[in-house]
Amino acid sequence: MSRTFSRLSLFLALLWMSVTDAAESGDPSIDSLLQDLAQANLMEKVSILEQLETSGGRDMLPLFQTMLQGDLYFDEASGRMVRLVEDGEDAMTATDALTGESLESVVEDQVVDIRVNNLLRMRLTESIARVELMEGDVSQRREAARSMLDDINGRSVNLLREARESETQESVLKIINTGLAMHRLTLADDRQERLDAIALLEQRLERPVLNLLERYTPDGSAGETDTAVAGAAAEAVENIERRSRFYRFIEQLLFGLSLGSVLFLAAVGLSVTFGVMGVINMAHGEMLMLGAYTTYVIQQAMPGLIAHSLWLAIPAAFLVAASVGILIQRLVIRHLNGRPLETLLATFGISLILQQTVRVVFSPLNQRVVSPEWMSGSIEINPVLSLTNNRLFIFFFALIILALLMFILKKTSLGLNVRAVSQNRNMAKAMGIRTEWVDAMTFGLGSGIAGIGGVALSQLTNVGPNLGQAYIVDSFMVVVFGGAGNLLGTVVGAFSLGTARMFIEPSMGAVLANILFLLFIIVFIQFRPKGLFPQRGRAAE
Amino acid sequence: MKAGNTIAGLALGLGLASSSLVAQDQDPIKVGVLHSLSGTMAISETTLKDTVLMMIEEQNQNGGLLGRQIEPVVVDPASDWPLFAERARELLVQEEVDVIFGAWTSVSRKSVLPVIEELDGLLYYPVQYEGEESSENVFYTGAAPNQQAIPVMDYLMEAYGIERWVLAGTDYVYPRTTNRILESYLKMLDVADEDIMINYTPFGHSDWQSIVSEIRRFGSAGRRTAVISTINGDANVPFYRELSNQGISPLDIPVVAFSVGEQELSGVDTGPLVGHMAAWNYFQSVETEANAQFIEHWHEFIGNDERVTNDPMEATYIGFNMWVKAVEQAGTTDVAAVEDAMIGIEVPNLSGGMAVMNENHHLSKPVLIGEIQDDGQFEVVWETRDLIPGDAWSDFLPGSRDFISDWTPPIECGKYNTETETCESQDY
Repeated sequence: MSRTFSRLSLFLALLWMSVTDAAESGDPSIDSLLQDLAQANLMEKVSILEQLETSGGRDMLPLFQTMLQGDLYFDEASGRMVRLVEDGEDAMTATDALTGESLESVVEDQVVDIRVNNLLRMRLTESIARVELMEGDVSQRREAARSMLDDINGRSVNLLREARESETQESVLKIINTGLAMHRLTLADDRQERLDAIALLEQRLERPVLNLLERYTPDGSAGETDTAVAGAAAEAVENIERRSRFYRFIEQLLFGLSLGSVLFLAAVGLSVTFGVMGVINMAHGEMLMLGAYTTYVIQQAMPGLIAHSLWLAIPAAFLVAASVGILIQRLVIRHLNGRPLETLLATFGISLILQQTVRVVFSPLNQRVVSPEWMSGSIEINPVLSLTNNRLFIFFFALIILALLMFILKKTSLGLNVRAVSQNRNMAKAMGIRTEWVDAMTFGLGSGIAGIGGVALSQLTNVGPNLGQAYIVDSFMVVVFGGAGNLLGTVVGAFSLGTARMFIEPSMGAVLANILFLLFIIVFIQFRPKGLFPQRGRAAE
Repeated sequence: MKAGNTIAGLALGLGLASSSLVAQDQDPIKVGVLHSLSGTMAISETTLKDTVLMMIEEQNQNGGLLGRQIEPVVVDPASDWPLFAERARELLVQEEVDVIFGAWTSVSRKSVLPVIEELDGLLYYPVQYEGEESSENVFYTGAAPNQQAIPVMDYLMEAYGIERWVLAGTDYVYPRTTNRILESYLKMLDVADEDIMINYTPFGHSDWQSIVSEIRRFGSAGRRTAVISTINGDANVPFYRELSNQGISPLDIPVVAFSVGEQELSGVDTGPLVGHMAAWNYFQSVETEANAQFIEHWHEFIGNDERVTNDPMEATYIGFNMWVKAVEQAGTTDVAAVEDAMIGIEVPNLSGGMAVMNENHHLSKPVLIGEIQDDGQFEVVWETRDLIPGDAWSDFLPGSRDFISDWTPPIECGKYNTETETCESQDY
């Protein structure tokens, strides 16, 4: 059955090949152009691409896209352009770059890589945009139309006009009309027509529109003589900038929330251990690092399933970090009970030991953690405001962790014990709570949460031995600011510090913002040494 | 052993050759390796330690140097700048090494310098740096700013028509000095103040949202914009990720980095970086016979085919080969003799052509610009036609324009004022 099928498909493929062969041999220039493309240097490739676009037209689209992605190869044996894509581990699938038929005879060592550089990529995106404007799906058409706003000239205006005829989607049409309005403002003679164009442009937020309008303001570079047009342009610029400022404010707020959730994930584990046990755990950052390394190890173990590995990494990271945490608590911290200074030094030593262990086991180099597809890119709300996917993910992830912790602390017996111990250790002991056990569990919980935070951090930053150090100071800042042992305090601390930093950074620079923050914390603890939300109860005094 | 030597000495030369002299001649030549093997800089410096060890092993297999074996003395300054000075003193006083290969960050080099000068040691420094320095006891085999930064600006203006510039760097001496040089270079070319944006971030900066958003706004003013990045080490990955997440491709705003090489990219998901650029004097992808051999040898030595090579490794390679050649020429490892022999010495580059050591203790090297590919390697898109001599004192800084460095007679000075014709002292 399957054999007949494969024969049939082979036959069809052969038939198809002969058809395309015939079509191609009718136009020998494309074949020879492809030959040239394989041998050309980067400069020559530019002109070959132009010739390919004029003689090949839309048929060249798959070739151009493959080339843009860097997957294009030339098979010397068959003289064909081949698309080679890595398929799982070490296996490559080859398809014809023009027709898309799958090829099996291609040997990886016998193909020539068609290299591209930025100048070529620019040409390719332009060519692709010209085709996609007519034939792409909605988002492709929108992107293509938008890319043409950057350079409104005779050619792009003709394309936009042509696209307007067939376009049905409102969102794409708006951009096309924007482009045409830009053209009218530049070239029309009639005052009313130009004023209408400005009125239309005023509604938009795209940066090229603003740049163009700025040129037509009374002191713009276009030297506009018609005062009515110039006045209208100035008003339009004002209007667009006002709206942009609003969206920029929203954007900064969102940036702040996302930094806040990172800080929260890094600090919340510390807040739990610090609050319950009064232990300053300098090795907390290394728990983050262990979580990140767990993500790396799991990705290595299941190479084909990058997208799913993250879900497995979360519980694994929790377990790894939690067990290391419990080990540290049982072996070291327990014996230093009530001696905060020694505990601090001992945990600092542990932090160095863990770092160097990772250096020895994994090498001092950073490890490569791949982000799943769905976490890269962004959701665009308008041309000024967009949300990056990974930040959104981390924000919701932080919320989930928060909810989980709330649940554990408020609704489980472990949580009850933890709260009892943190409020009054001796009384809890007298009531029959095994404080030793609660201490170990709390330390495990705090470390485990840090491990999960490490999974999130692995998507944002380097996975290397120094990962923990980068976050330990910030974590302490959040805990001190919010008040140790108070979940609400950690949330408020993390989000307010995150937001404040994002608003300060653009005007003062990151370095000064850092200094300012530390200063603020120093002053703050002079007045509220227990943080925003201090522990209540007799033991807290 | 000693008895054996004595017998040999007696048998050889009527008791004229003293036994201790023979013994000393066969003692190994000691080479100090001063690179951090722990702490933040271990990520970069461990590789250079291995490179030196590999070069020494190779030299020993080929019969050593002056008929003696070379013995490496490896110490770990642990990314702790004052510790660099201590370890250097230990190498020179206790171990009595003849030469030191080491240091990475400028601050570690500045910490070692007084010790090396006081004890008259010899240091080969293999990393690109900010210039404005020239010590008699140091040979700088990495790039000076005019061998990396300035050619890049010219390329970007020519090939991309860049008119607006973002100078983004980590907040320490190398980016600050480099950016000062670049800024005054741009001003010389009549670039307006409002077309230059300068931004500094702390070491290991990880939240780039607002800064990248700022760069995006700066770059969308309708004129071509590029970012010149002197961002160091770990801060780079989150920076590039944020760029790609906010939809900035190299086609919109290209980033050219001076501190990102193959090694830095090896722990990175390179997807978002493809098309951004870096400028160095060497890339692993350069196709020369010497480079192919070097890479093969490196893989064999380190036992891992995945390990990459990079520019500071080439600088170490050049430095070591130059030292070997100079010692052979001088016939001794004596510091003063080697220093004299070093000037004018030529050894092959891995990237083709010959590197020449100049009177100012800097090299003449080619400059390459590469675009990042998705395999973490660089595609060379541009290179200088000729070798560019390293300039210790930048011609584009008002304070240093008049200075030159020349360690040959009659000047013999690291900071010579050509206006007043006097030698000024340097404080490191």
